[in-house]
Amino acid sequence: MIQTFAFYLFATFVIASGALTVMSRNPVHSVLWLILAFFNAAGLMLILGAEFIAMLLIIVYVGAVAVLFLFVVMMLDIDFAAFRAGVARYWPFGLVLAVVLLAEIGFAVLARQSGGIDIAARAAPTVAGKPNIEALGEFMFTRYLYVFEAAGLVLLVAMIGAIVLTHRRRGGGKGQNIDRQVRRRPQDAVRNMNPASGAGIEL
Amino acid sequence: MIGLGHYLAVAAVLFVLGVFGIFLNRKNIIVILMAIELILLSVNINLVAFSAYLGDMVGQVFAMFVLTVAAGEAAIGLAILVIYFRGRGTIDVEDVNRMHG
Repeated sequence: MIQTFAFYLFATFVIASGALTVMSRNPVHSVLWLILAFFNAAGLMLILGAEFIAMLLIIVYVGAVAVLFLFVVMMLDIDFAAFRAGVARYWPFGLVLAVVLLAEIGFAVLARQSGGIDIAARAAPTVAGKPNIEALGEFMFTRYLYVFEAAGLVLLVAMIGAIVLTHRRRGGGKGQNIDRQVRRRPQDAVRNMNPASGAGIEL
Repeated sequence: MIGLGHYLAVAAVLFVLGVFGIFLNRKNIIVILMAIELILLSVNINLVAFSAYLGDMVGQVFAMFVLTVAAGEAAIGLAILVIYFRGRGTIDVEDVNRMHG
């Protein structure tokens, strides 16, 4: 009973906040609705018993991705009102497309239910009584180790790419040229003078 | 009792909302990126729901990789957006076809 109630609560909120994300006038509000959508999707996954994915959604999406969006939205000085001008022209076409897509998905589900498509054998059956995180970790660090490493590589490439793209070298900064420093020898830099007593030196 | 179909319906509606958002905010790249995040979230709900109802852990492993790609995509997309805005002073999608070199 409480499971049904929780499902409908989370499902309603995730759909409503998803709709408000794409329809908000202000992108800052869009990001905040997106965060609410992620939280409720995490709730849905908790009901399904996928605790680790649920926590990951909150940590990665809310903690990193949504905050990144928020930073960019607030950092760039953009006239968002100008973007709303075309919306009245775009939404009928978008709505038609969305309805067609939804009908297609419904059709596909109906076709699936009429039979004829077999589900393949389970690749990694769940063991009853084993905690979700333990089961997930076992597969990730054994059978899917290379895929896991590849995922790490994807993140590394994304990080380096983002830094390379946005890093700006400011002019006029005083930096240290280590190569030049090391190559400099004493005989180039220091001169031994032997000035006569009472006279000044000329450099 | 909540069945697999309920979760698939939620994910389908979320997916369609994301596609609708791309068309609705055709000029605003930031909201388009957020709509893509919604689409990837709906895919993740699908994967986890199938994983739970079929008793197969691979769905959850795959959902993690989708999450990884989504995070990388957001970082790169926003970085491109920032340098695009720096050079042009606008983020209008209509001008993106002039992004050479």
